[in-house]
Amino acid sequence: MTAPEGDLLHTVTADNIPEARRRFGKAIVWGSALLVVALAVWQMAYETGRVASGFETWRPVLYAYMLWATALCAAQVIVNGEKGKRTLFVLPAALFVISLVVFPLLFALYISFTDWNLASPNGPQPNGWDNMREMWNDGFYWNALKNMVYYVLAVSVEYVIAFGLALLLNAQIRARKFFRVVFLLPLMLSPVAVSWMIGKSMLEIRFGPISRVLREMGVEPSFFGSPEIARFWIMAMDAWTFIPFMMIMLLAGLQALPREVIEASKVDGATGWQSFREVIFPLMLPVSVTAIVIRIIFKLKLADIIINVTSGGPGGATDSVTSFIFREYRDRSNVGYGTLLAMVYLVLIVIFVTLLLKVVSRWMERPA
Amino acid sequence: MTAVFKDHDADNRVKTKWWASRIAIYAALLTWAVICLFPIFWTITTSFKLAPDVMKGNLIPWVDFTPRWKGWESLGLSPRLIGEVSTVREEFLKRFWNSTIVSISASTLAVVMGSLAAYGLSRFSYRFGFMRNSDISFFFLSQMILPPVVLALPFLVLYKSLALLDSRVGLILLYTLMVLPIVIWIMRDQFQGIPVELEEAALVDGLGIWGAFLQIVLPIALPGMVAAFILSLVLCWNEYFFAALLTATNATTLPVMVASQTGSQGINWWSMAALSSAAILPLVIVAIFLEKYIIKGMAAGAVK
Repeated sequence: MTAPEGDLLHTVTADNIPEARRRFGKAIVWGSALLVVALAVWQMAYETGRVASGFETWRPVLYAYMLWATALCAAQVIVNGEKGKRTLFVLPAALFVISLVVFPLLFALYISFTDWNLASPNGPQPNGWDNMREMWNDGFYWNALKNMVYYVLAVSVEYVIAFGLALLLNAQIRARKFFRVVFLLPLMLSPVAVSWMIGKSMLEIRFGPISRVLREMGVEPSFFGSPEIARFWIMAMDAWTFIPFMMIMLLAGLQALPREVIEASKVDGATGWQSFREVIFPLMLPVSVTAIVIRIIFKLKLADIIINVTSGGPGGATDSVTSFIFREYRDRSNVGYGTLLAMVYLVLIVIFVTLLLKVVSRWMERPA
Repeated sequence: MTAVFKDHDADNRVKTKWWASRIAIYAALLTWAVICLFPIFWTITTSFKLAPDVMKGNLIPWVDFTPRWKGWESLGLSPRLIGEVSTVREEFLKRFWNSTIVSISASTLAVVMGSLAAYGLSRFSYRFGFMRNSDISFFFLSQMILPPVVLALPFLVLYKSLALLDSRVGLILLYTLMVLPIVIWIMRDQFQGIPVELEEAALVDGLGIWGAFLQIVLPIALPGMVAAFILSLVLCWNEYFFAALLTATNATTLPVMVASQTGSQGINWWSMAALSSAAILPLVIVAIFLEKYIIKGMAAGAVK
């Protein structure tokens, strides 16, 4: 990505903003900020019992915060004129993301070092590194992390299938639109519906159609009994929903390939396989890498299917980190410990994705 | 290649090879089509089966078994019950309505904010402290790797103190946050494809930058926005994790309803099948009619 110096769209502005207007703009920002702080302090005092009267919830603070955000946006134009109008494009989204991500993350950092259990009456108590120590000895968490490695590795198989399907759809075929719609359908279905449709119904031991076919073939079906097979089926269901996603990105890449190069390779006498290996695949590397990276990012959030089909069983063999923490909260209300696990996971993900992007960045450029 | 004459040896070889590759391609296509369609077919047909049909493994309606409305009756949605008052149907419609409102508002909000941000980032250069344009873009896009589980518990506590637990507004805010990076990713690509000269002409003609954006750029970028909107809609409609944690009775969405049925008293095949069908049908219809936009949206970031 090359960042152009200066604006791409130049605007000529002659802003003569009077001093009074500037002062007014600054005043509404600081005024509303003061209101937020005052309300928050008052509410805090009320909840700790130092002030007798207060609000039932923190809602008024939220409203004040929204007022401040609006004032900040308006002040951009009031104080900076034309330049402020440009800032106004990005500011709402930036404010939204910052207030919904940064504050909760800071808050999460705090809870992750407390012993907070929603079931216990005395609220969060800081407990130093206890959660960290507990995590170190928690075999199930490490097991879930190990499973994530398997799940991420499964992306390679999905990639091969998706590439194959994209090539098929890119070939000279009839009814291309029909096949494209059909291949896209699984992506539209919610993981929860998929876990019922496939995990609970088609893979049902007695009456499910897949069990029936297996029994016809003389195999006694058992899908979620042994760890390896259970993990395989989770991967298969997840792959079923997400293969179309990679397929469409790869298909778009295939359609954007320069026709002449492929024609030229044909003229030079390359067979289908040769032209794929020597021409199409290298040209497709940037698209492939993008598709795989995005797919891995989605894969790291895998949870819905596991929660609904196996709840991590048998013996934690199919647990992903997310589904494990989900149960930690749902079954044990262990907010403090669960949040610490999530924060550690976030750190691991950030490190992993950064390294991944470093490693793959040299393939992102098209070979000359 | 050797000169090709009809009925020549070389010609016949080429012909057989061509036919073989045709057959292989269509066989592969049909196999995958069956893999994609069978679960959907199975779910929809099962919703019209009775218990014995399920146990006997009857597959094809009207041939193997006679379709019955039993599954849909358990949702109060059969022809017989449609005129009567039914509590199950009200329950179902409430969930359906929640899902609709939450996913449409979240997608709209995300598309509006995301388009503005993407346009700004593709046209002007900003400096917020140390952050330049590429840093701001990275900041937005990096939200994509944030796993929902990290936000879930802080939001639970936060929403509790803000009285937003089990409310649609709470879900809408979170879903907007979830799809915003994807919208920005798609829209940035769209705006970069629009020549700046258009807006320059509009500025010369006396429009402001917002006027030029609203009157000139938006109409051109509309297909891209529709693509981003539909993609967001799909993601929000299917979201389960946050909905399961943050809603209890009022704001529960369809996926939560589907998930909560599985645990109770064995499996009610027909009613589960009907419920699943109802949950997936809206998006299946969307996929069939708006497939073009979905593909456009997903292809946007892939090809530079």
